[in-house]
Amino acid sequence: MRQRLYKALGPVAFVLVLLTVWLGLFVTPPDVDQGELVRLVYIHPALAWVALYVAFGMAALCSVLYLWPRTRSMVFDYLAAAAVEVGVVFTILTLITGSIWGRPTWGVWWTWDARLTSTALLGVLFLGYLALRRVPADPHVRARRCAVAALFAAVDVPIVHFSVLWWQTLHQGATVLNSNLTPTIHGSMAWTLLLSFVAFTLVFVWMVIARYRIEVIRVAGQDVALEAAIASRRAEGVPS
Amino acid sequence: MWRDAWLVAGRDLRIEARSRVALWQVLPFAILVLFLFAFSFGPQRSQLVSSAPGLFWLALLFSTVLFAQRSRALEGSPATRESTRLLGLDPAGVFLGKMMALSVELVLLEILLTLGVIFLFHVVVMSWLILVSSCLLAALGLSAVSVLYGALSGESRMRATLLPVLMLPIAAPVLIAGVRSFQAALEQGGGLGGRWVGVLAVFSVVYSALGIGLYGALEEN
Amino acid sequence: MAPAIHLRSAVVVVGRFPVLAGVDLDLDEGSVSAVLGANGAGKTSLLRLLAGLVPVEGGQATILSHDLTTERQALRQHVGLLGHDAGMYEELVPKENIVFALRAARLDPTRAEPALERVGIQGRLAKTPMGQLSAGQQRRVGLALLLARRPQVWLLDEPHAALDSEARTLLGELVEEAAVGGAIVVATSHEPNLVLPMADRVITMAGGVVIDNQPGLRKPPGASHVA
Repeated sequence: MRQRLYKALGPVAFVLVLLTVWLGLFVTPPDVDQGELVRLVYIHPALAWVALYVAFGMAALCSVLYLWPRTRSMVFDYLAAAAVEVGVVFTILTLITGSIWGRPTWGVWWTWDARLTSTALLGVLFLGYLALRRVPADPHVRARRCAVAALFAAVDVPIVHFSVLWWQTLHQGATVLNSNLTPTIHGSMAWTLLLSFVAFTLVFVWMVIARYRIEVIRVAGQDVALEAAIASRRAEGVPS
Repeated sequence: MWRDAWLVAGRDLRIEARSRVALWQVLPFAILVLFLFAFSFGPQRSQLVSSAPGLFWLALLFSTVLFAQRSRALEGSPATRESTRLLGLDPAGVFLGKMMALSVELVLLEILLTLGVIFLFHVVVMSWLILVSSCLLAALGLSAVSVLYGALSGESRMRATLLPVLMLPIAAPVLIAGVRSFQAALEQGGGLGGRWVGVLAVFSVVYSALGIGLYGALEEN
Repeated sequence: MAPAIHLRSAVVVVGRFPVLAGVDLDLDEGSVSAVLGANGAGKTSLLRLLAGLVPVEGGQATILSHDLTTERQALRQHVGLLGHDAGMYEELVPKENIVFALRAARLDPTRAEPALERVGIQGRLAKTPMGQLSAGQQRRVGLALLLARRPQVWLLDEPHAALDSEARTLLGELVEEAAVGGAIVVATSHEPNLVLPMADRVITMAGGVVIDNQPGLRKPPGASHVA
């Protein structure tokens, strides 16, 4: 059942992304103020949503589950690492699409507003996690260190966000949910935007599962190698 | 926990007093950074005064990375760390002790840097309360992060390059809040300094709590 | 009565390498065991397992009623380890190192001076930072720490290395006193002629397992023969 769901997930996500692209480029109208530039709204916010909330949230949650003795399992370590790896990709895409949008809108490729800065910092925190993961260590020691690093980063991002928010902000206000909870985007644009969130979230899930499966296979290969290593080690003690 | 904390803090400070690495290497580095910044910005007084808060906190942050590496090195060789693990010290106490020792060193560094920016960059401090409180809280927060990330980076040969990559992004709120509070301390009435001191307080409390809870897990094989 | 140290098919993995590949061992209180074997046989790894410093990946391991699969940390305060490296802070003098260790272990710090005097570290040597002492002198300080802590398990990794003949004689006396007092002593060595006289068990390791277990030359007090 799970295999069938996973096999269906990839094509479904692909189709939804194609649908989003078609709707975003050819069906939805241009914006009154931003013109054709608005079509990036069907990609950039969804990428940011996945990077900032889904990927990071998943990494943080799995890290907590790994650190908590009752739920400790290497599964959560693999899932956290997969979420961070995919999250880096989404973060970079968020920053690139944001820059493409920002250049004609603000006149600059980059500006130090709260969301952009927090996103960039998140990317650096992700990269730090991956750097830590590549330090040679016992798998359980590595899992513990990475889980703690993810937890520290999770705690840090909201502090950074509010610090930078008080510092300066130029970013467009929330498109769907502003402080009055009144959507400022309507009709086909709203539905396409929602579709983009679903599509990219499914892409993320599919990529994380794929990465997790690769890790499980790699570790299983190591377990087989360990059994052979134990046998070989014991053979060292047999007089020739 | 507190008993072990005082014991470990005393050990770290005694070792540092004997070796004087902080005195002869880190403090000169911090002053050097101030001079290098001054060279890059130019000698104009207005430029230096407006840049002083940022330069102070950048010099502090870079020096903290060196302190973090030093704090980890104080644990000694792998054999020494193993011998110490056999003694049954409370990991939370070890964390607090190292944090206290490092905080003392950071406060001394902050005093030196404050004197440096006053004399070299000609700043005039209007609110010492905001400046002192932000420096003390930053010292606590940075020391907590330093001890934690020192443990996180383990015994790897890559520690020297890994530690800055891990630590500095986490310390970004300290930089932002520290600079803003320093700027407020230069204003009559203290401006919005209270808000930024609050951010530093939150940072310090959160990372101290995390360290107390997680240091033991990081030190375990 | 159950043995104080009980290992059955104990496996320890470091990185992906099985340093111990299924060790079987039973040791009683008051015993002195010599562990022999070539380089890479697993002798030091065995000591680290007995100290609770490494996790057990497979098999059983119980030391002083502590199950090492779940209670490694609780065991450590009952164990003293004298490794190749003295394991002390180089900037501190011998007494400061031992007082720190005693205070950390919740023991009386006044034990430090008598212990240092017993191993011959006094006067100028006692005020010299550890980093400036010779390897043999550092070893003596390590012995003084064991003497001051009086743990129930003594783990000695090639204890005769770097010691002069006087210190080796002293080592033999200290080991005998500890064993008579009920401690379990395990010593690895590359020099059988030095370690055999003080051991009532001779354990030979190769390939991460125990391949031989024979009586030694020491006769435990009250024993008519060694099994």
